[in-house]
Amino acid sequence: MTKSKFLSYVVNLIAAAAVFLAFHLLFSGGVVSRSYRDLFTLGCIYSIAAVSLNLSTGLLGELCLGHAGFMSVGAYTSALITISFDKPGDMPILLLSLVIGGLLAALSGIIVGIPALRLRGDYLAITTLAFGEIVKVIVRALKITGGGQPMTGISLTTNYTLSYWILIITIIIIYTLIRSRHGRAILSIREDDIAAEASGVAVTRYKLLAFSLSAFFAGVAGGLYAHYQGVLEPQFFDYNQSINFMVMVVLGGIGSLTGSVISAFFLTLLPEILRGLAVYRTLIYSVVLVLLMLYRPEGLLGQKELSQRLFARLLGRNGLRTSPQSGVGGSSASPQENIPVSGTAERKADSAVSDRLGTSTGAPEEALERKWKGRR
Amino acid sequence: MTYFMMQFLNGLQIGSIYALIALGYTMVYGIIKLINFAHGEIIMTAAYFIYFFMTKWQLSFLLSTVLATLLSVVIGVLIERIAYRRLRNASRLSALITAIAISLFLQTLYMILFTPDPRAFPMTATRFPVLKLGKIIFSSWTLITIVTAVIVMILLQLFVSRHKAGKAMLVVSEDLKGSYLMGIKVNRIVAMTFAIGSALAGIAAALYIVSYPQITPYMGSLPGIKAFIAAVLGGIGLIPGAMLGGFLLGLVETMTKAYMPSQLTQLSEGVVFIILILVLLLKPAGLLGKSESEKV
Repeated sequence: MTKSKFLSYVVNLIAAAAVFLAFHLLFSGGVVSRSYRDLFTLGCIYSIAAVSLNLSTGLLGELCLGHAGFMSVGAYTSALITISFDKPGDMPILLLSLVIGGLLAALSGIIVGIPALRLRGDYLAITTLAFGEIVKVIVRALKITGGGQPMTGISLTTNYTLSYWILIITIIIIYTLIRSRHGRAILSIREDDIAAEASGVAVTRYKLLAFSLSAFFAGVAGGLYAHYQGVLEPQFFDYNQSINFMVMVVLGGIGSLTGSVISAFFLTLLPEILRGLAVYRTLIYSVVLVLLMLYRPEGLLGQKELSQRLFARLLGRNGLRTSPQSGVGGSSASPQENIPVSGTAERKADSAVSDRLGTSTGAPEEALERKWKGRR
Repeated sequence: MTYFMMQFLNGLQIGSIYALIALGYTMVYGIIKLINFAHGEIIMTAAYFIYFFMTKWQLSFLLSTVLATLLSVVIGVLIERIAYRRLRNASRLSALITAIAISLFLQTLYMILFTPDPRAFPMTATRFPVLKLGKIIFSSWTLITIVTAVIVMILLQLFVSRHKAGKAMLVVSEDLKGSYLMGIKVNRIVAMTFAIGSALAGIAAALYIVSYPQITPYMGSLPGIKAFIAAVLGGIGLIPGAMLGGFLLGLVETMTKAYMPSQLTQLSEGVVFIILILVLLLKPAGLLGKSESEKV
């Protein structure tokens, strides 16, 4: 680990702790009401789900339409475990149940992923869509999960401290993964899977790795949700919930983890602010999605992360280091932290990355061209 | 045996509806490589149109179906024109997300306009005379459904193999860029594909709501998903594949429901998804498809 990298991790951790402290003071000082504290917790949980969905959709480039299904697996597993231990409020048991719930979600991710991820094309979208429906059917059919009735008696152990730090851990794990060589392999699959395979990336294995990790964190988020809500209903984890997470990812930026967090919090708070418009929410979401795809397909933040570098650049201290790349929105990032965007404007950066990965096929422009033109 | 034959007819009936819907999916996928998630919602809108034409305007079922089919065509072409056409060169992910958003938009719009409460369709299959063939008893509606679907499919097959525009459609699905160079008006052909697909969805909607006389804003999604699976089963992008896949899926689904132990019937919805997983594992190109290796 280089010195600057180490420094950046330390700075980020301190920043995360500072943000937590600020919220902690707000909540414990009684400045904001309890309902906002609960919203903060929910925002953290949704952020975990959105960030993990971003791993499979934004960074791996496979559309997952059953993210709420994985969340449901995690939620019911974790709830069943804490209920069977019968020690309400016990933190270690909750943590254990979260991990087991996550692992079970990851396992179901592998089962769903193996048939679909071996293939090229959009099969994962339809398989995960089907998976979400199947989970709902199974949960309704089984007696231990309530058998169609809401499942109750789950202790309310999740608090904002726990959800916040799990969110931070999630971001750290996914972020460090993406910056490792495994992460670059995952990104190369998104950019051009044929080129990636030709340069020796085990495409199916890496797809499965990213997808099951994404399912794992969805499961953890589900477990947190179960112990936040206290009641589990199968229809909460339906297709619309999966789409909600998709909106969070797309709005925040396809491939931007911090973008997902911001939009997850924004979309958790928004319904509270616009209570009267509840009916129109989904309608607005769908219109926003279409407009985004037409005019800004990479999402609001694109692939940029909110990092101290971005802040530094915005403040102008680092202005000289900004390379004159063809960035979106003027403030282009240095190649080190900028994971290229799936959009024509970023082609240069794309080929730069494929060069670094050694996946350049000799004519990267042409290879990418094929990707954008949609292939068979 | 009588029971089996009756279930077989039921399977053919729902299968022919799946086949009609699957044709819409497969033609669009064949031509622009997009899973048109909004296709299921075309069925839903057509169902509402038929319902309102029949209850508000007192039109006959046949006339309502024709009008609703025409309106479906308009909606399908509009969706293509407004959303998909501009994304034809975008990444697949953008196009897919747009398709999902359109489907969500239509569902929510109809939920707001017409409330989520289910509406009972005035004409049900029980109104049709019962036919007897030896010991086999079935509704004449079953026969009408199957015959209608088969006639429509034969017409489509004739159109694609004989008519110039139909042939052009096959060419575009073979090679979109190449057909530009051959002077085919690709935009017009793609719009035509959406029009035909939506028309088939309109007819399928009419056949569907008489058998399952309940209209809700979400009614299109499940038959939509199943029909897509049927298209994958037969070989996505292939017109005969969609027909075969639709009939097969309908038969398998009906048979499992009929012969499954009663305590497991809740899980019978899952059968089609197991079929999907099996197809993807064993023969991803579908029953009629040939697996092609990717050209680099």
